[in-house]
Amino acid sequence: MIRLLKYLKKREWLFALCSVVFIVAQVWLDLKMPDYMNIITQASQGGIDPDTGVKYVMGDIWTNGGFMLLCALGSMACSVITSFFVVRISADFSARLREILYKKVQRFSMSEINKFSTASLITRSTNDVQQIQMLIAMGLQMIIKAPITAVWAITKIAGKQWQWSAAVAVTVAVLLLGITIIMSLVVKKFKKLQRLTDNLNQVTRENLSGLRVIRAYNAEKFQENKFEQVNGEFIKTNLFAGRVMAFMNPLMSLVMNGISLAIYWIGAYVINSADLMSVQGLFGDMVVFMSYGMQIIASFMMLAMMFMIAPRAFVSANRINEVINTNELINEGKGVGETNEKGTVEFRNVSFRYPDAGEDVLSDISFKAGKGETVAFIGSTGCGKSTVINLVSRFYDVTGGEVLVDGHNVREYRKNELADKIGYVSQKAVLFSGDIRSNVDFGNNDADDDVVKKSIDIAHCTEFVEGEKGGITSHVAQNGSNFSGGQKQRLSIARAIAREAEIYIFDDTFSALDYKTDRELRAELKKEMKDATCLIVAQRIGTIIDADLIIVLENGRIVGHGTHKELMKTCSAYQEIAYSQLSEEELKNA
Amino acid sequence: MPNPRMRGPMPSVGRVEMKKSLGALMQYCRKYLGIIISALICAAVSAVLAVIGPDYISQLTEVITEGISFTGVDIDLNRIKHIAFILIGIYGASMVLSYVQSFVMNYVSCNVGRKMRTDISHKINRIPLKYFDSHNYGDTLSCVTNDVDTIAQSLNMSIGALVTATATIISCIIMMFVTEWRMALTAIAASLVGFIAMGTIMGKSQKYFNSRQMSLAKVNGHVEEYYAGQNIVRAYNSEEKGLKAFQAANEELRKNTFKAEIFSSLMMPLMSFVGNFGYVAVCIVGGALAFNNTINFSVVVAFMIYIRLFTSPLAQIGQGFSGLQSAAAASSRVSKFLAEEELSDESSKKAVLTDVKGNVAFEHINFGYEPDKTIIHDFSAKIKAGQKTAIVGPTGAGKTTIVNLLMRFYELNKGSITVDGTPLSDITRENVHDIFGMVLQDTWLFEGTVRENLTYGKTGISDEKLMDICCQCGLKHFITTLPHGLDTVLNDNVTISAGQKQLLTIARAMAENAPMLILDEATSSVDTRTEIKIQKAMDAITKGRTSFVIAHRLSTIKNADMILYMRDGDIKESGTHDELIAKGGYYAELYNSQFVHA
Repeated sequence: MIRLLKYLKKREWLFALCSVVFIVAQVWLDLKMPDYMNIITQASQGGIDPDTGVKYVMGDIWTNGGFMLLCALGSMACSVITSFFVVRISADFSARLREILYKKVQRFSMSEINKFSTASLITRSTNDVQQIQMLIAMGLQMIIKAPITAVWAITKIAGKQWQWSAAVAVTVAVLLLGITIIMSLVVKKFKKLQRLTDNLNQVTRENLSGLRVIRAYNAEKFQENKFEQVNGEFIKTNLFAGRVMAFMNPLMSLVMNGISLAIYWIGAYVINSADLMSVQGLFGDMVVFMSYGMQIIASFMMLAMMFMIAPRAFVSANRINEVINTNELINEGKGVGETNEKGTVEFRNVSFRYPDAGEDVLSDISFKAGKGETVAFIGSTGCGKSTVINLVSRFYDVTGGEVLVDGHNVREYRKNELADKIGYVSQKAVLFSGDIRSNVDFGNNDADDDVVKKSIDIAHCTEFVEGEKGGITSHVAQNGSNFSGGQKQRLSIARAIAREAEIYIFDDTFSALDYKTDRELRAELKKEMKDATCLIVAQRIGTIIDADLIIVLENGRIVGHGTHKELMKTCSAYQEIAYSQLSEEELKNA
Repeated sequence: MPNPRMRGPMPSVGRVEMKKSLGALMQYCRKYLGIIISALICAAVSAVLAVIGPDYISQLTEVITEGISFTGVDIDLNRIKHIAFILIGIYGASMVLSYVQSFVMNYVSCNVGRKMRTDISHKINRIPLKYFDSHNYGDTLSCVTNDVDTIAQSLNMSIGALVTATATIISCIIMMFVTEWRMALTAIAASLVGFIAMGTIMGKSQKYFNSRQMSLAKVNGHVEEYYAGQNIVRAYNSEEKGLKAFQAANEELRKNTFKAEIFSSLMMPLMSFVGNFGYVAVCIVGGALAFNNTINFSVVVAFMIYIRLFTSPLAQIGQGFSGLQSAAAASSRVSKFLAEEELSDESSKKAVLTDVKGNVAFEHINFGYEPDKTIIHDFSAKIKAGQKTAIVGPTGAGKTTIVNLLMRFYELNKGSITVDGTPLSDITRENVHDIFGMVLQDTWLFEGTVRENLTYGKTGISDEKLMDICCQCGLKHFITTLPHGLDTVLNDNVTISAGQKQLLTIARAMAENAPMLILDEATSSVDTRTEIKIQKAMDAITKGRTSFVIAHRLSTIKNADMILYMRDGDIKESGTHDELIAKGGYYAELYNSQFVHA
């Protein structure tokens, strides 16, 4: 939490300082009230004004009452002004934190994102920031006000009867002890409850996601029993926690009622043994003590509450810090400018391993793709096909060897330069909320309608795009959820085409399409983008059968390279894949 | 996404609706009505006792002031002791009763919550699949956890708090009037002024809370989308674009947070002002009255406590009601789910198919997911025992529809599907599920041991038999490498590849040993070499059984006895591979497209 404070700006420190000033003023006003109360008490008892030596008159009650009212109003005004500052700090600070996090995550490469997981990064940027915002909004005032009030009120009563002070001290001790005992009993249970809630969720999710299987196997009872087990444990823990927490209310009344009873009871003895001269003063003190005592106890209650809320926010603060303090592994290059070569990709003895992994995922990968050529990668799941092409876009940096694009090492490029050369289509289609146009034109902010329409046409989207009411201005929902998987994939291909890039990368893009669309789309691409270099990862032989170079990968190594015809003769791994998909006869015809 | 905890009032629910949905909650509480009422009585008595307390404090003061005279101090210490002990008794009893109340309500709310969860969990398995195909899982999930939690919590806290607060206020008012009517009027008037002001402000603030909630959702949405699509954003140099949109949303959130928080933070100062204002009013009026000797000063002391007792429960009532409101909203969601139409009752169906040969016939079936949108029009076909039927077609053609109908996950509109001459609709769903084994595309395994996953719900399958099945499915090696063999618990700590998962689901179908089989794209999520393994396992399992196979890769189904080609939900063509190729229709086109040069 402390480390996060450095992101507060000067203005916010100033605001914090202002709120301290107003809080002090407020506490002063709050504590001033019992003084006037004291005078009213003495006046109503027919007491004598110690300053003038004259007996109080009715007017004194009204004036002092008026002062009290002013104090109350002033206290409220101070409190409102303080709130303004504090809320302002909390809103500005949380917005800034969110932006810092967002900018940081934008600079992350795949390694850093995978380290945290996308879901966790989302929670950290939203929910965790929210926690801190709330801690500041609620806590800042309390954490400043409570100690000031407590200390000030204590000094006010310090010089007076020790018996009363002792009573207040004992009450505070009882309060703190009680809260400590309750909290130490339930904190573990609350953690357990959190885990059990996750379990409940998990069992229910399991049941929901497996509905068809569960019903097909008549296994409803089995799942219900499983749920009941978790449910039972959840309730058992809940019962216990509830029983302990139920002590909280009686504890509060014990403290509040106890202090008033104690002060008057003790008061009777103190006054009884006092001499006539100090009796009036003592009586006033007793009434005042009540007010101060309550203030002190209330402050301690607030502090205790803070100790219950704060840990949650501290956990959030740590999670935010983890993100902010992560060093990016991929550094910006110096920049290359215009290159002599265009559209070439070359791997020279490339090896790669994931951070913290024990083994290389890729080793000794070398190949070259010339301008306008198509290079395809095939192999079983987990063989490293996608990893290879992720290195071209520099989603990761190689751990050995080098990757060259247009004759320059990818590390030399500035991120933007490199990205501008590449049209990348991922395995899972990703769309962004907006309209179709903004999605197709995602990376190329000045594409005109013709380019957008043409890209849509090449990617075989025209049919369904025109079927939408708004054509290319049709709405795209968050994550593109209003389009089917195949449609999303085609739109993401259109997006790549609209870039008019030198190099296209298709990471298993075509598997989501049926054979016919797959074939037609590729034919169209070939026709429209003769000069573009294509790197394709594929599962189907049909998709890559006519590539200029096919690279067969197994366990991160190249086990065969050449054209389809060559590989059918030389590479057993390739043959195996081919025969598993097509019959010998079909392959001959191909 | 977990819900960010919100402060401030909950979205309001209409009064009638609130009554109705709380009515559903009442049903659950009926069993506990007796103890709930006694708990509430405890709460009320405890509150009244706490209010009577100040009267004795006042008596204490009176005894003290009476003891003070101009001649000397002589306080009746015996009476002080006497009153103090009475007070200890009163406060003690009040505390005990208050604990009893919390204890009982905790018990009730836990049990009600448990029953609700159980009911929801049972309900999930009794609702037609149609419901889940058109509803979000998230909604049902949040029913089980969030909604039931909200209900239990407000049952635990809100009701008790409401009763306590009401009892406190009423007895406070009575006590105040009994003690001194002029001061009572002062106290009530002072508090009312404060609360009217507070009510107005809170009423106005509602819209700021709503707009904050909305801009929060907007920021969350943007962050979710752009973090998930980070690769694309980077590859397309669109960071600027994303950042601009984010900054706009973030700024809006900042402003709305500020507005909403200002209002909610006004509450505290206002509350304490109301308290202080009442306090001051009581002091002034009381002081004046005491000065004129109209009242004893002890009355002022009592009122100083009354005013605190009187103002704090008003806030509690507000909280209690907003708690009840969110409970009502949650309870209406829960009862809506529990009231969903269930699968038809089949207890009257006597027919049972046991010794199944596997002759299946589709007779003039009509079906549509929506009642007015028929997608399968009058389809008929006969499949002989032991034959293999393949269902093919482009993605989204509705191949799963056939599975849904065979398994009776959905009911036909017209026509019938018969097995050995008996319509499926004449036997119970349980019986239908018994005669079909099923392997699905999504390889669903649950958290439990390998054995539990394989025998799923069935008993009496020996370990030898299981291992034999695993052998046939090529799983033997995998299982022997697991730390505890068949007893290994499958969870996040055990890494299983997609292929192994698929093989496990096939083994599960084998263990069920049903006379007929449905295989839905069982190999699409694995690479082609693993596929060969799975294919072998599937060949082993389909031997001698009537089977329905949905396939992506056409090479796997060429030898099927009947191929159904589906498109746009309807069955367009049916016949053997050779027949369909000869016909030169959709199937032929689909088949040929995989080898044509691009």
